[in-house]
Amino acid sequence: MRISQPRRAYWIIIVSYLAALLLTIWPVPDWAEPFRPAWVVLVTAYWCLFLPHRVGVISAFIVGLLVDTLTGGLLGEHALALVLVAWVILRLHLQLRVYSPWQQTITLVLLMLLYTLIPFWADGVLGYTGHAVARWMPVLTTAILWPWVAQVLGRLQQRYQVS
Amino acid sequence: MAFASRQRAPSLFSSNPAGSLRTVLLIIASIALMFYDHQRGSLEQVHAALSALVYPVQAAVNAPYALVGWAQEKLATHVALVRENGELKQQELVQAAQLQRLVSLQQENDRLRSLMGASKEVPGRVVVAEMLGVDLDPFRHRVILNKGTADGVYDGQVLLDAQGVVGQIIRTDPLSSEAAFITDPSQAIQVEINRTGLRTLVVGTADVNTLSLPYLANNADVRVGDVLVTSGLGGRYPKGYPVGVITEVKRDPAESFASVTAQPSADLTHGHTVLLYFPVEKPAPLPKPEPAVKQPKARKTARRSRRP
Repeated sequence: MRISQPRRAYWIIIVSYLAALLLTIWPVPDWAEPFRPAWVVLVTAYWCLFLPHRVGVISAFIVGLLVDTLTGGLLGEHALALVLVAWVILRLHLQLRVYSPWQQTITLVLLMLLYTLIPFWADGVLGYTGHAVARWMPVLTTAILWPWVAQVLGRLQQRYQVS
Repeated sequence: MAFASRQRAPSLFSSNPAGSLRTVLLIIASIALMFYDHQRGSLEQVHAALSALVYPVQAAVNAPYALVGWAQEKLATHVALVRENGELKQQELVQAAQLQRLVSLQQENDRLRSLMGASKEVPGRVVVAEMLGVDLDPFRHRVILNKGTADGVYDGQVLLDAQGVVGQIIRTDPLSSEAAFITDPSQAIQVEINRTGLRTLVVGTADVNTLSLPYLANNADVRVGDVLVTSGLGGRYPKGYPVGVITEVKRDPAESFASVTAQPSADLTHGHTVLLYFPVEKPAPLPKPEPAVKQPKARKTARRSRRP
């Protein structure tokens, strides 16, 4: 019984990450483009918070590299950003778990600022400028979505007993 | 009970220095990747492997769009098809008439060029490629195409559409390739103003409908409505294809350069298909093709010339 559980766990984690990657490049109308939430941050945040012994900096690194490849960015920029986010959450996961959803949302705003800063900085070095305000929009949309995403992933985790 | 203790032990583990060491190593790895990726060519294999890994994701996202297109084709009514056929026939007639003029102009041009001792222009051929329906980084104007090295696509290949120059291939994989539009902030293209023959450089901006011409002197002969065509200098883009139309010219006496913007001729926001341009003879690979560095380099020289 206990042996079969970890196998189930991997599948639901991988499916959630796949969904996040699909949503990262899903075509949306031009006006909605700047508001696209950072889905991989939401998923990484959830698993690092509730399954820190399964999902950590290494999975964050791999997913970050996939995001870089999917979005055509510089290889490593989202990987670095996601590793930092995962590391902060792993460090604080015991405190963050007992926070109310509202407090977790505020924490996610701070984490998203960190996550957005790295590609912003890398693009600045490369000479990509402009759209300074639009770039920071996902900070808000991602944080706002957190309670719902946490609830959905929480249901999935309970239903399939991911641990 | 056993379960709880099993969960607690790894949590403690995750906050011990071993976790931090791992994180530091991954941070160093990321920065090294960014550094080497910026210097093109050294990470081709890594890119190829990762692209192959994410291709199913891209294909999955593209699938509904491909399906809708296929369904529209299959379910099109007879009336609509007849109407479209009529429209296309009319269009073809108009274009054939224009082509007649073009043929005689081309011959006249060839004659004049031979009189002047200039070399004859060689036309290339084109192959249709489709953009995958996926959104990339919104701050870079890039697309994934469904043709790769298996179809003969190569790095630096030029993309056209019915109206003008679209951009160039910046990365190739066996099944797909990545292209940058001319409006991508990393792109620059050698053009001449069709009316006067004045040569200059067009660079991309952050906006998909705007091109910038930062290196035109304040007294340069340029007007709103002037057509920009590729000059063929630089060896990347073929000569004589429309790039854009000047939309705004601002001259500030305090500045030595005019602020000129243009709108791209190619339809970059709507179209789904592009043309891959194959020159008759493939140009010799440029030493270290590095589109991201092109723009700063050009700026540097401009700055140098700005000094008295």
